[in-house]
Amino acid sequence: MTAEVVLQIVLTIAAGLIGVGLYGALSQQTIVMVMMGLELVLNGVLLAGGAAWYFLAPELPDAQMLVVVALVVMAVEMAMGFAVTVAFYRARQLDMIDMASDLRG
Amino acid sequence: MPEQTLAEAWGLVPAVLGIVAVGLVLGVVVAVVDRIVVFGASGAAVEPIRSSARLLVEQRRTTLAPDRLLWRTGCVAVPTLALLSLAVVPVAGRTLWSTGADLVWFNAMEALLWAAVWLVGWGPNAVHALTGGYRFLGQGLAYELPLMFALITAGLAAGSLRTTDVLAAQERLWFVVTMPVAFVVFVASAAAFAFWGPFAAPAAADIAGGVTSELSGVDRLLVEAGRTVFLGASAAMAAALFLGGESGPWLPGPLWHLLKTLAVVAALVWVGRRMPVLRPDRTVEVGWMVLVPLTLLQALVVAVLVLNGFYA
Amino acid sequence: MLSDLSGWAIAVVAVLGALSVAAGVAVFVVDSMARATFALLASFLAVAGVLLVLDLVYLAVVTALMMTMEMAIMAVFMIMFMMNPAGLMPMTMVHNAKGSAVVGAGAFVVLTVGIWTIDWPTRNPERPADSTRQLGEAIMGSHMLVMLVIGIALFATILAGTVLATARGRYDRFGAGLTAKRPDDPVPGGLRR
Repeated sequence: MTAEVVLQIVLTIAAGLIGVGLYGALSQQTIVMVMMGLELVLNGVLLAGGAAWYFLAPELPDAQMLVVVALVVMAVEMAMGFAVTVAFYRARQLDMIDMASDLRG
Repeated sequence: MPEQTLAEAWGLVPAVLGIVAVGLVLGVVVAVVDRIVVFGASGAAVEPIRSSARLLVEQRRTTLAPDRLLWRTGCVAVPTLALLSLAVVPVAGRTLWSTGADLVWFNAMEALLWAAVWLVGWGPNAVHALTGGYRFLGQGLAYELPLMFALITAGLAAGSLRTTDVLAAQERLWFVVTMPVAFVVFVASAAAFAFWGPFAAPAAADIAGGVTSELSGVDRLLVEAGRTVFLGASAAMAAALFLGGESGPWLPGPLWHLLKTLAVVAALVWVGRRMPVLRPDRTVEVGWMVLVPLTLLQALVVAVLVLNGFYA
Repeated sequence: MLSDLSGWAIAVVAVLGALSVAAGVAVFVVDSMARATFALLASFLAVAGVLLVLDLVYLAVVTALMMTMEMAIMAVFMIMFMMNPAGLMPMTMVHNAKGSAVVGAGAFVVLTVGIWTIDWPTRNPERPADSTRQLGEAIMGSHMLVMLVIGIALFATILAGTVLATARGRYDRFGAGLTAKRPDDPVPGGLRR
């Protein structure tokens, strides 16, 4: 198999992860499940970044840095998501995003 | 890569089987030493084997509406992770497989244990077991960062995350001389992630055995074996990272490594069995207020020494 | 140019990739929140496996390490907040499922069309001996600014997360005049302060 086809297969898998994650992030009602959707999108980014490094530019560290940044974005998203969930639950005893629509600016 | 891995030297299947055998032997050794320290020497050598055989034939108990899939996954994962962590521990001077990030691999196997132990607690649908799982996570938050800093300190001095490079860097001086804090933190964390000794709160008597309370038969054997193998593997890793591994006069290298591993196991069991179980709500503050600054300071000292060419 | 991955490696990548997508779908299908969390973890571990095959050992191992801890913590939050953590009473908690499915599928189709129509550059790049060393040297050298920004962002996250999540301030702990010798905390902690 040529490297190009393998790259395309891996990127298609990453696109699948991003698609499933988008569905989850948009359709789920509870904050924690929305976060899981976002994590899945970022998981796709990790995979795509790794594939880009291996197949396109292994002599440069840039794609690896992209994966590191994606990992950090995940950590920040989790920490802030949980903090918001705790604050929201403390204020209203709820964890559903539909009940927070009055927070829209 | 200057050195071969075990898999390259012996072929993949014999090397994997060899590492599994080493892991089981280390586990039995830990169990025997533990028995000697607690009950004295009589019958200590056969007792672990006898109780393992009894657990093998014992019938499984079950609970009301357990999450069987996750429960079994957790039980199988505990010993599997223990053996996987052995893959980067040098045996006879070589590791089963060598990567550019061996130390992080060891750390990741231990992190995966968080999920495995929590699953063992979650699976049976029982209060005490789940409480034990939560306690493990609470302790995990306390020991994880000091453990990471301790591991990375050894890598820092060697200038590499490869375990064989860390071994090679200790030919002149054992790392424990310049990094005693990292060594103590590493060994204590080993007891903590095997939730053993003073860190046994996840499986403590006040919650009827915690994560292990609903285990029986093969499941109990897997989890208990995983804990002891993890202790043995960590002792071997501590001997390799901080006590110079195979360096020593007269005797052949692998024997030195074995002796050092035994010494670490004996010290760990002897001290650990003489301490009371720590309350889990007290560990996080100690971990973050005392151990994190201490290990950071240790890393700073080692970094300054590296810059001065002390380890070169 | 032929791929320098062996046939076995390509097969492993394909199987792990399929597994990661299947586990990702399972996250939103299973009833039990614990199973959903650990399905997501399985997806992460499969991606870490692919990264391992792609010679990115450090990133693969760090992904496994970070995501396992995240998922273990996430499971705690799940059980804490959700109505039906074990899935013993199946219920659906979705809104606008059709629209979301269209958006998700649309994104997948657009990306896939792009992936299979773009003419990817094929050349014979030089591979570093050790990808971990390459990353480390980039972090401490040419890409240090990225790392500095990441550090500040994580620090800001720690502060903001604590401020949002805690309900007690110093007046709750040390009294209205901040005169108490010892803080009045629900959990005493390990150090006698």
